[in-house]
Amino acid sequence: MTPITIEHYLGLSAILFFIGVFGVLFRRNLIVILMSIELMLNAVNLSFVTFSRQLGTMDGHVATFFVMALAAAEAGLGLAILVMVFRNRTTVQADDLTLMRD
Amino acid sequence: MTAVLFYFFAGVAVIGALAMVSLRNPLSGAFALVGTMVSLAALFAMLNAEFVFILQILVYAGAIMVLVIFTIMLLNLDKQELKEVPVSRMRLLGMGAVCALLAVGFIRVFSHFGSEPPAFIDAEFGSIEGVGRMMLGPYLYPFEVISLVLLVAIVGVVLLAKRVV
Amino acid sequence: MVEYLILFAKAVFILLIALVIMPVLIYVERKGSSFIQDRTGPNRAAIGPFRLAGLVHVLADVTKLLTKEMMIPPHVNRVYFIVAPFIGFTVIVGAFAVIPWADTFHVAGREIPMLVADLNGGILYILAITSLHVYGMVFAGWASNNKFALMGGLRSSAQMISYELPLGLAMVGIFMVFQSVHLNTIVQGQGELLWGWLPRWGVVVQPLGFILFTIAAFAEANRTPFDLPEGESEIVAGYHVEYSGIRFAMFYMGEYVAIVLSSCMITTLFFGGWQVPWLTTQQLVDNADLLLKIMLGAGGLGALTFAVWMFIYGQRIKGNFGGSIKEKEGDVLGVINLVVAAVMFAAFFRTFGLDLPEWGARTVTLVVQITMFVLKVCFWCWVFIWVRWSLPRFRYDQLMSLGWKKMIPLSFVNIVLTALVILLIDRAGG
Repeated sequence: MTPITIEHYLGLSAILFFIGVFGVLFRRNLIVILMSIELMLNAVNLSFVTFSRQLGTMDGHVATFFVMALAAAEAGLGLAILVMVFRNRTTVQADDLTLMRD
Repeated sequence: MTAVLFYFFAGVAVIGALAMVSLRNPLSGAFALVGTMVSLAALFAMLNAEFVFILQILVYAGAIMVLVIFTIMLLNLDKQELKEVPVSRMRLLGMGAVCALLAVGFIRVFSHFGSEPPAFIDAEFGSIEGVGRMMLGPYLYPFEVISLVLLVAIVGVVLLAKRVV
Repeated sequence: MVEYLILFAKAVFILLIALVIMPVLIYVERKGSSFIQDRTGPNRAAIGPFRLAGLVHVLADVTKLLTKEMMIPPHVNRVYFIVAPFIGFTVIVGAFAVIPWADTFHVAGREIPMLVADLNGGILYILAITSLHVYGMVFAGWASNNKFALMGGLRSSAQMISYELPLGLAMVGIFMVFQSVHLNTIVQGQGELLWGWLPRWGVVVQPLGFILFTIAAFAEANRTPFDLPEGESEIVAGYHVEYSGIRFAMFYMGEYVAIVLSSCMITTLFFGGWQVPWLTTQQLVDNADLLLKIMLGAGGLGALTFAVWMFIYGQRIKGNFGGSIKEKEGDVLGVINLVVAAVMFAAFFRTFGLDLPEWGARTVTLVVQITMFVLKVCFWCWVFIWVRWSLPRFRYDQLMSLGWKKMIPLSFVNIVLTALVILLIDRAGG
């Protein structure tokens, strides 16, 4: 079996990112869209940490820290917006939020 | 041994991600995503990133996903799934095929270019002291700004989600 | 290969500490509560002649829970219902991997740190594990398909995540004083003496942090006065109302293991962990033969006293049970303790001519430090039980306001004060 190199980790990161993009594009439920965005951020974190290990510096870990903090802020705000949307429209399907469409 | 661990955790991560985007019930999707995040934390630990491993479980799996699950439970959002057409089987298979192609492609293409082995690291790599030194050294300004960002986010969330009496 | 064996042995050892203290804790809870409430408590269950003042009741409890029907109510969500107790129990047991129970053991040229996982970010691992513990309650409350269970589960998890903040912030003071996140370093740092006579324990250098951490640890273990989400008179036992049999036993045991974990954390961070006060490891190793003699002698005397007491007790209960085997308990226990006392005295007299090798001295030190650690943990477990049967519970809004409006600002004040004091000490000293 081939030894595990960084290409394996990068390939996994690409797969997870792709699955996240798929979730954002093809699912209509707002919660699943939010979670797919979190999955994309996680894939990017994996990529950062992999390169940090490859190059031997810790800048990647610091970047991961910032990405996590921002993801927390963004998830909180996204969920708050979702709660407001649910209160006003009683739906979280993106198809039903057509008020601004002509 | 490393290979077995890597394939196991990578498999759990990919299966969790696929489950999250294809399951109808968003609550089950959220739990699948927690599984993905915990296995990603294990992968971080395999990459000698101890602090990031703990942070991933503490922040992502322990706080963000709990928040998402709370929201789904309090608003009863998993009863809404009947309206949505779930991901069809053809799409799922297509997605799996592209994933496999990406995986194989990455590994074959890039290892043919000849990669160097990872750099030598000392025992302090990935520790909290290292991250702390970088935070208070080169990355001081982003560190301060991120605390402001979090403050703005807290105020925004409280304002947005407050019940209008 | 030897590394894996050592790791396995360490994991088994710490699991033994956690899982053996837990049934004893259940027993102490029942007897301790009866002691506080001025009644006798359970003392009837017996195996042959042994009643052991009610210790057999724990075995009877476990047998009852194991042999009950493992019923799954028809209205629950089966997958989450079955998974929840496992998460509630196994996650908490996993947190014991970073607790040190003795100083580094030097034997055969190896230095073996006496904790299972020597992580660099030791304590943060425990914080991460307690955040995962929330999922057990969330799953249980949701799966039960029951309004009370859901409310109990949500309240309980909201309480746990609210009190994680003061827990972590109270630890920050300890990190600042001991300059490390690594648990072994923190415990070793508590061996020094302040001003020549006071051991530099966490409670001495961080009194406010200790109070905040203890209160937050009570809330994390879902323990009175913070047990509104699972009190039986409040919310019909909250998130484990639909559970019976072994599943309920796993929640129940998980709660007691959480108490043991909280006691271990308080001991390690604030009470010196495995440190024997005023005796460093080197002093213990040097005086190991004296210590061995003292331990064996005291053990022998203790066993002898206990044997005499058991014989007197046996005489007292003669005729109470109509001649059945239960009357022989005193005599049987007395004979067993006489044998133990004889063995200990024989070993005691044997050590007089013995020259203790280096590894023997270190083993004796190890045993002394482990005993100190277990004693401290048991003391704190007793405090948990004592508080439970002394205080009424908080109402939910009082609980939340205490956590967010009073403890978090106090933790910030603690951090700032600690920073000021460290700065002033450095300026004055340097």
